[in-house]
Amino acid sequence: MIAYIIRRLFYAIPILIGVNLLTFTLFFMVNSPDDMARVHLGVKRVTPEAIELWKADRGYDKPLLYNSKEKGIRSLSNTIFFQHSVSLFVLDFGRADDGRDIGRDIRQRMWPSLAIAVPTFIVGILLNITFAMLLAFFRGTYVDVWGVVLSVAMMSISIMFYIILGQLIMSKLWHLVPISGYDTGLRALKFLILPVLIGIVSGIGAGSRLYRTFYLEEINKDYVRTARAKGLSSLQVLFKHVLRNAMVPILTGVVAIIPLLFMGSLVMESFFGIPGLGSYTIDAINQQDFAIVRAMVFLGSLLYIFGLVLTDISYTLVDPRVRLE
Amino acid sequence: MALADNNKTLEVKALKTWIDTEGGIIHAVDGVSFNIRPGETLAILGESGCGKSLTALSILQLIPKPAGRIVSGKVMFSGENLLEKSEQDMREIRGRRIAMIFQEPQSSLNPVMTIGQQIKEVLPDRRNKSAIEINKDIVGLLDSVGMSDSARRIKEYPHQLSGGMKQRAMIAMALASKPDILIADEPTTALDVTIQSQILNLLARLKKENNMSILLITHDLGVVSQMADRVLLMYAGEAVEDADAVNFFVAARHPYAQKLFQSIPDRSKRKKKLDIIPGMVPTYAGDYQGCRFAERCDKAWDLCFQEKPQWRSQDENGVRCHLYNDTLELQDTLNKKIEQEFVTTDEKVTREEILLDVKQLKVHFPIHKGIFRRVVGHVKAVDGISLKVGRGRTVAIVGESGCGKTTAGKAILQLIKPTSGEVIYDGASLTKMAGNELRQLRKNFQIIFQDPYASLNPRMLVGESIAEGLHALKLESSKETIQKRVKKILTQVGMPEEAYARYPHEFSGGQRQRISIARALAVNPELIVCDEPTSALDVSVQAQILNLLNDLQRELSLSYLFITHDISVVEYLAHEVAVMYLGRIVEFGTAADILDNALHPYTQALLSAVPVISRIGNAGNAGHKDGTQFLLAGDIPSPSNPPAGCHFHVRCPQATEICRQQYPGQTRVTGSHTVFCHLFESAPELTGQN
Amino acid sequence: MLDFTFKILVTDALLYILVTAIIIFIVYARKHEHLSAPWRQIKNKKLAMSSFVILLFFVITGFLDSIHIRQEIKIDTESKTQQQVVQYSSEVLSLLDLLLTKLRVQTEKTYSAPFAIHSFTKEVTDDQQGKPKLYYPRLKYGGAHLQAQDSRIYDIGKRLLWALFWTLLVIVLCILLVAKFVVSKNDNKNEKTNLNTKLKTVLSGNTSTPWLTILLVMSIPVFFIASLVELGPFYHIMGTDQVGNDVLYKTIKSIRTGLLIGTLTTLIILPFAIIFGITAGYFRGWVDDLIQYIYTTLSSIPSVLLIAAAILSLEVYMTNNPQSFTTLIDRSDTRLLFLVMILGVMSWTGLCRLLRAETMKIRELDYIQAANSLGVRHRKIMSRHIFPNLMHIVLITVVLDFSGLVLAEAVLSYIGVGVDPTMDSWGNMINGARLEMAREPLVWWNLTAAFVFMFILVLAANIFSDAVRDALDPRLRKA
Repeated sequence: MIAYIIRRLFYAIPILIGVNLLTFTLFFMVNSPDDMARVHLGVKRVTPEAIELWKADRGYDKPLLYNSKEKGIRSLSNTIFFQHSVSLFVLDFGRADDGRDIGRDIRQRMWPSLAIAVPTFIVGILLNITFAMLLAFFRGTYVDVWGVVLSVAMMSISIMFYIILGQLIMSKLWHLVPISGYDTGLRALKFLILPVLIGIVSGIGAGSRLYRTFYLEEINKDYVRTARAKGLSSLQVLFKHVLRNAMVPILTGVVAIIPLLFMGSLVMESFFGIPGLGSYTIDAINQQDFAIVRAMVFLGSLLYIFGLVLTDISYTLVDPRVRLE
Repeated sequence: MALADNNKTLEVKALKTWIDTEGGIIHAVDGVSFNIRPGETLAILGESGCGKSLTALSILQLIPKPAGRIVSGKVMFSGENLLEKSEQDMREIRGRRIAMIFQEPQSSLNPVMTIGQQIKEVLPDRRNKSAIEINKDIVGLLDSVGMSDSARRIKEYPHQLSGGMKQRAMIAMALASKPDILIADEPTTALDVTIQSQILNLLARLKKENNMSILLITHDLGVVSQMADRVLLMYAGEAVEDADAVNFFVAARHPYAQKLFQSIPDRSKRKKKLDIIPGMVPTYAGDYQGCRFAERCDKAWDLCFQEKPQWRSQDENGVRCHLYNDTLELQDTLNKKIEQEFVTTDEKVTREEILLDVKQLKVHFPIHKGIFRRVVGHVKAVDGISLKVGRGRTVAIVGESGCGKTTAGKAILQLIKPTSGEVIYDGASLTKMAGNELRQLRKNFQIIFQDPYASLNPRMLVGESIAEGLHALKLESSKETIQKRVKKILTQVGMPEEAYARYPHEFSGGQRQRISIARALAVNPELIVCDEPTSALDVSVQAQILNLLNDLQRELSLSYLFITHDISVVEYLAHEVAVMYLGRIVEFGTAADILDNALHPYTQALLSAVPVISRIGNAGNAGHKDGTQFLLAGDIPSPSNPPAGCHFHVRCPQATEICRQQYPGQTRVTGSHTVFCHLFESAPELTGQN
Repeated sequence: MLDFTFKILVTDALLYILVTAIIIFIVYARKHEHLSAPWRQIKNKKLAMSSFVILLFFVITGFLDSIHIRQEIKIDTESKTQQQVVQYSSEVLSLLDLLLTKLRVQTEKTYSAPFAIHSFTKEVTDDQQGKPKLYYPRLKYGGAHLQAQDSRIYDIGKRLLWALFWTLLVIVLCILLVAKFVVSKNDNKNEKTNLNTKLKTVLSGNTSTPWLTILLVMSIPVFFIASLVELGPFYHIMGTDQVGNDVLYKTIKSIRTGLLIGTLTTLIILPFAIIFGITAGYFRGWVDDLIQYIYTTLSSIPSVLLIAAAILSLEVYMTNNPQSFTTLIDRSDTRLLFLVMILGVMSWTGLCRLLRAETMKIRELDYIQAANSLGVRHRKIMSRHIFPNLMHIVLITVVLDFSGLVLAEAVLSYIGVGVDPTMDSWGNMINGARLEMAREPLVWWNLTAAFVFMFILVLAANIFSDAVRDALDPRLRKA
């Protein structure tokens, strides 16, 4: 098992290099540093000197991939790619185009993101599991039919409608919670209620419908018939036998997401004005701050791969048949 | 039995269970009646789809809902009608008074719960007991079903147990609350023959010890012969005969029963055509006017097609057939005598010409481990087998699951790359060829498979499938000649020409197997590897396919490498037999050598484990050939880690010290008979009077 | 009548290719039982066919909006040039635009509520005394035909009744057509049935294809179109937006954007996913390792960020090369195309993974072994044996992905990395509506219009894809 995890982590290195190369190509091959400088400094009336200065300031004055002026290892290392990518591997994210320390920003902004994502995630999953269980218990009846119809309808609504409607009703009409904003400490609570609630409600449709199919798949299996032949009640069968088996696909699907909770929700945070990593990313996109976007891409990939490894590990925990070799 | 405890008798009266499908309502169980008395084993016998499993599930109200529904009938038990009981009340019956075990122990156990947890759920008074006491009870139960190392098994998950052990765990679970009746739905069908005999013996012993009744659902006449007191034969949703086991095997009344006996291959029918039941089991949708078996019955006359035969019974025996009157005597003399057609294959075919010569063939699959996925070992699926197949001969490879017989077959055809060894076909070494060179030779050797559903591409027309080889090997060029040739082959295997433009799903298992044979024949091969071609088929259909294979061999002088686990098939058609155990051949000889004069203890055990249909009839005791049974203990070890020395020594009753240390060499007993066993090494001149 | 010339945008061309591919598939499927059987099953399901009818109206609208033309401009006879050059307007219009000309050109100054005849915002004017006075001015087009004393409700009601009449006419005509031409083939073995009995069959709902349901569902979009014809030229049915454009027109124009993103993306996905998935699963070994590496790498990148990065790069490229993108429609079309491509590149990995896993299962099946032993070549095995047995997964994924992509467009446009801000799309409408929600009184019609259309499209797609999955996935069929 440990050997497996170590191997998986080794395997992550070429993937991260690939990610870096890809983003690098997108950022520097399509748009030369000159283009970027011009975008930042204003397209018209920039002197070549200003551009050179801008580039030198940010280390973009070096060759892209291969420095012919240098010798030996330096010909590879004294390049934009090396300087801006290798440091990412030790989680040194460098500075944003406006000079801020990206690493510090991330450490600071991950807490609001987590404050929304974690409760949404946990309560959402518990609710989905429960609703799906209800649908499965009443399978074939009208409860099930209308439950599924409702789920499909709910998942057909864009997240942004949930948010806008939620803000309209909860904040504008009923004045229950503030419409947006954030605060420190416990005072943040009142700002969190609405986004968390909307996050949960918007996920119920898709989640409970998916989990329902997991349950139904299990209910048709032979061991359920055995359990019934043993004289167990429907509820015992559902809770003791079916639930535990259905947890295998549910949990493993869910575990992969856990690390990505760090990244925050782009839409939610920007609608509610929450200073998390999601809105950080959006701001960077809108300000065309490539350094931040690159850092977030790297962080996202890293967390994704971490999620894959976690998924494998969680398999061994919920399914005794799986052993990592 | 005279003092029948009425309270424990199960009586099923006119049970009807229907299933709703998109194609209409299927009358899956259509008025079945029977009863089981205490201490009795009733076998419900029938081919697939006859409604036998559904009958058993209906008793416990476990039929799949909402598709299935019990339409009418009564299931009387303890003076109550079980069918009127609510789900709540049924729980008091299920598992407690009537328990059930199923065919697939693999899927019938919950994969994420330990054996102990699953047994604990059914312990009757688990709430008043401490954990230690419960543990003791479970261990006791597992011990009583012959589970080895029970204390450790409690904490194990189903996947850690072998098939036989899983079935023992199922039985332990069923017996936990000492039920009056045990329903066993094909309990040994998924198991190997040596394990099957262990489980059957266990069931017989437990029945005696606990004085319970068993309702045994099976398609296997051998199992019925070994286990049953009474037999209920079902056909297309109806009971057609109910008889005492002795009577049933000596003088079955219903023509269907008689035909079943005649269609089973065995030695006595060698070189004769098997008596087949034409056609296939009807889909029992809709109403029948006459007898359901009439279309396939060679004794049927007008009345059989017009009027449904009534159930006639006397003294607990009953039959549903127009041939019999109310006292179950044969009514008329229309009973035609069927001539058994003799096939004249002379034994002395040119034995000199060797078509296929396999030398020390090995197929090893590497096992990777560790950070760098180093190869730490090999699964030795095939570990050095040598055999020869003569032109026009049938060589059978016999062995239990996991012995490597299928891998060997595929490696011989170069469908799996052998690790080492040589395969020489008609003088050409296949193992040294590759690419086009090999492709050109492929027309000479073909393969047919076990599963008729996986062996045809569902997206291709039957004709396209058969013609594929002709295209690929460029044997024919014009469209017309190909079509003509394919249609000719279809007729040859007994299929209508119209099958050409239809899809596989329109055909039954037996017909698909014919199509697979046609596909192999299309390229005019000389050798066909038959990988268990009949083991997924019903007995009556199996006979059709075996006859076809026999006919084709005679007409086209084909050679067969026949891979099977079924001894009766081997007895019927093999010229030479190779017995495999854990990747190696342990004994090789002519059919007579192996079947009459088996030397290797494993071969002997394998032969004796096969339940033989005894016409004398015998309940409880095994009806084996020589009366004695040679029961093998333990499971088949994993081929990734075979025991040192002789692979068989752990299960061998005659193992000695040398068996534990050294794999035995080849001993030639007679010109045709070789064996790998230390018992015979010292006496090379042994002529084998076992 | 002015002459015109066709202008084929790149996305139009891709859509034509897709439609052609679908038609070829239908023709091919009709000849192959295993392909047409599941569709026949869908054809007989009420819910599936209802959603299909709705989808069909969306598709037709989107398709009409994808045939673009440039109209000829009348050049004055005293034109300076001597040559008789035919000049075309730089304005590119679609067939849909021409059909909805009234809606397109009747723009007001600013916001107005649905069916309003007065503006939503006050204007200052001098009253008779010359003092400035705030008032709600009459709209230029909305309800312009009404005299002061006319009742607006009465007028709308009258026009709706006409719309109802047209709808009934169309539906009755359709019922007659169905009864005459379709029913006899499948549902009546008796050849000599007259029209009367056929009509009864249709109206009783006893046809295998649920014609009655289909026609009833069809009456909804038909009524919508009839109302549009009756009311559209005289009122702003869904009001107008900030710059006075008709909201309903914008919403209808957004259909094309949603459809293109939902369908063209899959067109990009399919070749990648199918070729890579099958080769990886079939050959395994290093080919598999390489393909797995590619898709793990791609899917590990947060998709929004990669899309953002790609769109940003495109923007920079466009600013630096203005000469390649002269017209607004070229710009927005290029951006749409680029978005579709990057969405495709991001999302082929899921299907590829599924196909790889399924190929690995299929290649072990006996019929592949049989093909091997018959000497069939790898390419042929992959195309004749494996691909046809994966077809159902491909189709299920395509229909399942559609609704997700439509929803994704809205989110991306909101973030600012979706389609061009000048392009009509529901995402852009929602983005704009966000600020309108803060207005007092509420400007609700922009959001509502986008919501209703998007919800209907996505819901219909979801229901339809459910039916497709049930019909095509044999594993789910028993449940």
